[in-house]
Amino acid sequence: MSKRRPYVRPMAGWWRKNPFFIEYMIHEGTALFVAAYALVLLAGLVCLALGEAAWNGWLGAMKHPLVILFHLVTLAMIAYHSWTWFKIMPKTMPPVVIGGKRLSAAMITGGGLAAVALASLLALGLFWGMTR
Amino acid sequence: MAEKTITIKVLRYNPEQDQAPVFQAYQVPFSDDMSVLQALLFIKDELDETLSFRWSCRMAICGSCGMMINGNPKLSCKTFLRDIYPETVRVEALNHFPIERDLVVVMDDFIDKLERIQPYIIPAAPRSLAQGEYLQTPAQLEKYEQFSSCINCLLCYAACPQYGLNPEFIGPGALALLHRYNADSRDGASAQRMELVAAEEGVFNCTAVGYCSEVCPKHVDPANAVNQNKTTAAGNYFMSFLKPRGTSK
Repeated sequence: MSKRRPYVRPMAGWWRKNPFFIEYMIHEGTALFVAAYALVLLAGLVCLALGEAAWNGWLGAMKHPLVILFHLVTLAMIAYHSWTWFKIMPKTMPPVVIGGKRLSAAMITGGGLAAVALASLLALGLFWGMTR
Repeated sequence: MAEKTITIKVLRYNPEQDQAPVFQAYQVPFSDDMSVLQALLFIKDELDETLSFRWSCRMAICGSCGMMINGNPKLSCKTFLRDIYPETVRVEALNHFPIERDLVVVMDDFIDKLERIQPYIIPAAPRSLAQGEYLQTPAQLEKYEQFSSCINCLLCYAACPQYGLNPEFIGPGALALLHRYNADSRDGASAQRMELVAAEEGVFNCTAVGYCSEVCPKHVDPANAVNQNKTTAAGNYFMSFLKPRGTSK
């Protein structure tokens, strides 16, 4: 009879056992804020479709101090999400070769973050111009 | 002057006696140039010959001595006591694999997966000896060279929570090797291997944790191989709608 009795260790609580996994769970968790904000914008769109009263109601709700606090928290979470998203981006792409040299991971991450910053500024400028 | 010592706590498991693994502590003489593997060898030679672990080359190329050292997957030959001293060194069998005994894990699952990816060149048009060797340009070599450095040490599997949660997943190491052959200009079996890439147990189990690439002692970057193949597999899936029936691969 075989004396083999391989021991399988449990996986429960795996993500709490390594700082790398804790950070992973945090950056995955911040995606919930991205989803939550998409729902806020969607609600705004629905209110816009419902007519002027509903739209003004939504605009009013957006001015509530708690909603402004929610916006600030969400902004921080989305910023962190973008940072971690672009940090892992080089690992998700085929090698980018420019002029016979492989583009470094730092360049790809930096390029992504620059694109986000530029798009955000552009959107901000556009809405600023539209609402003034 | 008393000799400097360091405490090594080893997760012991004897299937004939123990219900579950338990830690056992040893005091080992400390010197600046000692690796964790050397400390384990000291234990086996001088303190406790029943301690079981795998090792061979002592220079980070055989891939035998992977273990969890203070919670991280490491090659014990490449991890030095001086970087941990005066803390205790905690040594456990590689995570996510069944423990056979002490630090020895059951590798059968990985060996099976390695066979399934066909880790060898299958030429599209085999050349005869008279035709000479298969030629390759430096640019073609560059496409797969990094992924060919894998030494099958399994650190990436011990770093992959998705493999721990679902051992059906082909996993980072085997998928990196699969990519190594698919990306080789001399190989012609990419379509066969892509079936495994896109299968239930394939690349879509990966959630881009990325720890596999962090722990790889050979800088293979398995996360990159896996995620590149997500794009390729998804591309193939959508392209298959554009091709006539029976030819989609």
